[in-house]
Amino acid sequence: MSDFIQPNLLPALPEMVMLAMTCLVLVVDLFLPQEKRGFTLLLSVLTLLLTLAAVMFVAPVDSVSSFGDSFVLDQLAVTLKIAVCIITILVFIYSRDYLIDHDIYKGEYYVLGLFATLGMLIMISAHSFLMIYLGLELLSLSLYAMIAFNRKSLMASESAMKYFVLGAMASGLLLYGISIFYGITGTININELSTLVSAQADKNPVALAFALTFIVVGLSFKLGAVPFHMWLPDVYQGSPTSVTLFIGTAPKIAGFAMAIRLLVDGLSDLQVDWSQMFIVLAVASMAIGNIIAIAQTNFKRMLAYSTISHVGFILLGILAGTANGYASAMFYTITYAITSSVSFGVLLLLNRRGFEAENINDLSGLNHTHPWYAALVAIAMFSMAGVPPTVGFYAKLSVLQAVVQVDLVWLAVAAVLFSVIGLFYYLRVVKVMYFDEVVEDQVTSIKPALDVKILLSVNGLSLIGLGIFPSLLMAYCIRAFA
Amino acid sequence: MYADWPLLSLVIWTPIIGGILVLFAGDKEPSGARKIALLVSIVTFLLTIPLYTQFNTDTHLIQFVERESWIPAFNIEYFLGIDGISMPLILLTSFITVIVVISAWEVIQYRASQYFAAFLIMEGFMIGTFSAMDSILFYIFFEAMLIPMFLIIGIWGGANRIYATLKFFLYTFIGSVLMLVALIYMYNKSDGSFAIFDFHYLPLTLTEQVLIFLAFLVAFAVKVPMWPVHTWLPDAHVEAPTGGSVILAAIMLKIGGYGFLRFSLPITPDASAELDWLIITMSLTAVVYIGFVALVQQDMKKLIAYSSIAHMGFVTLGFFIVFRIMDVDSTAQGSALALEGGMVQMVSHGFISGAMFLCVGVMYDRMHSRQIADYGGVANTMPVFAAFMVFFAMANAGLPGTSGFVGEFMVILAAFKASFWIAFLAALTLILGAAYTLWMVKRVIFGGVANDNVKALTDINKREFLFLSLLAIAVLVLGLWPDPLVNVMHATINNLINHISISKI
Repeated sequence: MSDFIQPNLLPALPEMVMLAMTCLVLVVDLFLPQEKRGFTLLLSVLTLLLTLAAVMFVAPVDSVSSFGDSFVLDQLAVTLKIAVCIITILVFIYSRDYLIDHDIYKGEYYVLGLFATLGMLIMISAHSFLMIYLGLELLSLSLYAMIAFNRKSLMASESAMKYFVLGAMASGLLLYGISIFYGITGTININELSTLVSAQADKNPVALAFALTFIVVGLSFKLGAVPFHMWLPDVYQGSPTSVTLFIGTAPKIAGFAMAIRLLVDGLSDLQVDWSQMFIVLAVASMAIGNIIAIAQTNFKRMLAYSTISHVGFILLGILAGTANGYASAMFYTITYAITSSVSFGVLLLLNRRGFEAENINDLSGLNHTHPWYAALVAIAMFSMAGVPPTVGFYAKLSVLQAVVQVDLVWLAVAAVLFSVIGLFYYLRVVKVMYFDEVVEDQVTSIKPALDVKILLSVNGLSLIGLGIFPSLLMAYCIRAFA
Repeated sequence: MYADWPLLSLVIWTPIIGGILVLFAGDKEPSGARKIALLVSIVTFLLTIPLYTQFNTDTHLIQFVERESWIPAFNIEYFLGIDGISMPLILLTSFITVIVVISAWEVIQYRASQYFAAFLIMEGFMIGTFSAMDSILFYIFFEAMLIPMFLIIGIWGGANRIYATLKFFLYTFIGSVLMLVALIYMYNKSDGSFAIFDFHYLPLTLTEQVLIFLAFLVAFAVKVPMWPVHTWLPDAHVEAPTGGSVILAAIMLKIGGYGFLRFSLPITPDASAELDWLIITMSLTAVVYIGFVALVQQDMKKLIAYSSIAHMGFVTLGFFIVFRIMDVDSTAQGSALALEGGMVQMVSHGFISGAMFLCVGVMYDRMHSRQIADYGGVANTMPVFAAFMVFFAMANAGLPGTSGFVGEFMVILAAFKASFWIAFLAALTLILGAAYTLWMVKRVIFGGVANDNVKALTDINKREFLFLSLLAIAVLVLGLWPDPLVNVMHATINNLINHISISKI
């Protein structure tokens, strides 16, 4: 038994700030009357800003770990945490009008959102199986509750139920994989794991492959890779759009972090094995995601399938197994989150009291009534399709480059061919906005609050800005894996 | 004095920024948007003139170079420069854009600012494509120009515009993504450079070359378009508004031809030599078969679209017949004739097809029909217009004295050195081209007044006279005195021939 050593608390300062502030929000919100709910939002955004400041304050030059090596703060963690905080701020502000219009403008939305974000931050820094699981469950449980948040909606309850059951199963699979690894190596620490696994690689190849399979399956469930994607379209469609916006953006970044911590930091000796699994998952995700999205008429559902195809691309970057590939996958994930916050953000604007805008046709003729918002959605769509000069092109380019570099040219060819299929349904959205006539009962004008207007515009233009100057972000991604 | 200026950047970004300004000028006061658009396009054209006057014709090296590191992570550079191949095409682009802006002046009333903005932004992208010396920069411009064209056809197009514009976008996109993979592959082979000239000297095995060649072929053949991937063009042309058709025919198609010269031939010379039969077959099919297809068209725009495919067949024929010429003729003269013929044909076709589409546009604005059957005896009511139309039709048929003759003649002459039968088949165009163009002119322009609608036609106004006469002058000057054009590309073409005659294997 070693003596208790006071851990270095500083690296976890952002998480502690966030936890303390979230509890404060929770309590303060109780005493606020409904018309003062805006204060909760303000406080929540302040929480995120303070967390952001804390992240920047403690950002190490290299990397520090704490809590007996089970918590790490490195370049990867810093960049991803900043991205998560900024995107969550956007989500909170975009959601406000939607929540008011649908009579669900409650403090719990923000409290749950903050707890979910806390879970993500923990996932990003987690360096032991236990921490990863802790963060993941904190995130997932908050999300289940957020989906079911609009209790009057049957669809939402059904989605929450589906997500909960499947999510619990995925967690179970992940835990099972973790337990086998623990059985083989006797550790739950990622650093120790990586050294112990290489020692075991020759002795216990079958058991290791078995455990790895469960980890990969659990991970694929959470990321939504085919064939573990079934929950994703239903959850996207059934959730209130403000929650879909949240699910579709920041948690992807946390999911990416989890994949990196588990597979790259912990199990890099099994890279050959998981890369092969990822090839199958990636090709299947790009194929199924892109092809099925064509048949969708519901915008949220279409974006769900598009997410699946983008997960395929992210997996491509990871499976290359090079620093270059991880950096490109990271770039892809962050820019994807930024892009989808634009498309969902505009969709949220179109919602009004008693009317859920969620079909592609609800965007009909948007260029006639609101050319600026139509332009923002068009930029987001072209970015998702990977058409230059948007950032999506550069994200695809860097992933393809990583894949070609490890001599998987056929995989790159498959990826670009599937993205041509994908282009079709993105173009259809542009077509509906620009070429179709306005549907009569939707002429009502959108009057978003000034802050939403500015943030959404900056958000949308950043897709072109990052497309022209990708180095602004890419430099950080490369440094994270240097 | 201009050498110190970042002239190419100015030429690229002036129209793009101008286009954004036009967009913000909005539709409340459309004349404001129009005036800004005209001003921007003229300024851009004036800016391109020094590119010609200051151009050094003695060297094949690229000029007006701008080279800055852009995305250091992948060594992508903001690398611009022009040589004898790209410079004429840039001038063509800026000239045609001015014409397009004038031609749309009163015609486009619906969302006019967006219309003008789209054309200006596209102009910037197209000039960027011609002057990019970094392959990723090239690719970005190459792809980005699809977006404004997609919107132009989709918003201001005809009845079947949505089908046409989606087909256009998907066809061109599928072609270019394979090229992207090829570029990335070469980037890895060349130890991390995307510069086009590094690719030129990159040693590649024959298998690699063939695969890369095919990837480029898909991209550029769709763009040119070559038979059998030409089917998007008639659809796009028919549905596009007049300005869209003009830009499409006059410039966008040239990017395919330019791509062959800039990428396919120098990067994969052995594969090009190995597979030249494929391109020659495709080109001759375009010339002969598509010529016959054009003959039976009922729709004027469709007819001109098919005639564009046939004429572009000459371009690709000229580019790829050089390997056969080199086999029999050791001097570079014959090969140079073929390549320069293809280039002249590209520039000339830019003027002529643009003019033909504008002529159809002039009639369409009055009659709202493109069907040949709806016309007849237009010469009686629109004599001035008829003179222009007949002149351009003659040029399209390759009448000596017009620019249409020069390019075709050079390519046929060069083809004779390679093989009599190739030259014979290519020369059929002189008959076919005359047949389909003049027969259309006969039915539309000549004869008695066909119906009351034609009777009510009014002749062209000053604005229409202006843009048609500008094009007529260009066609005539280039036809009578092609030297200024041919001279600028001599050095570059000769260097290209030297380059491709050395095997990379």
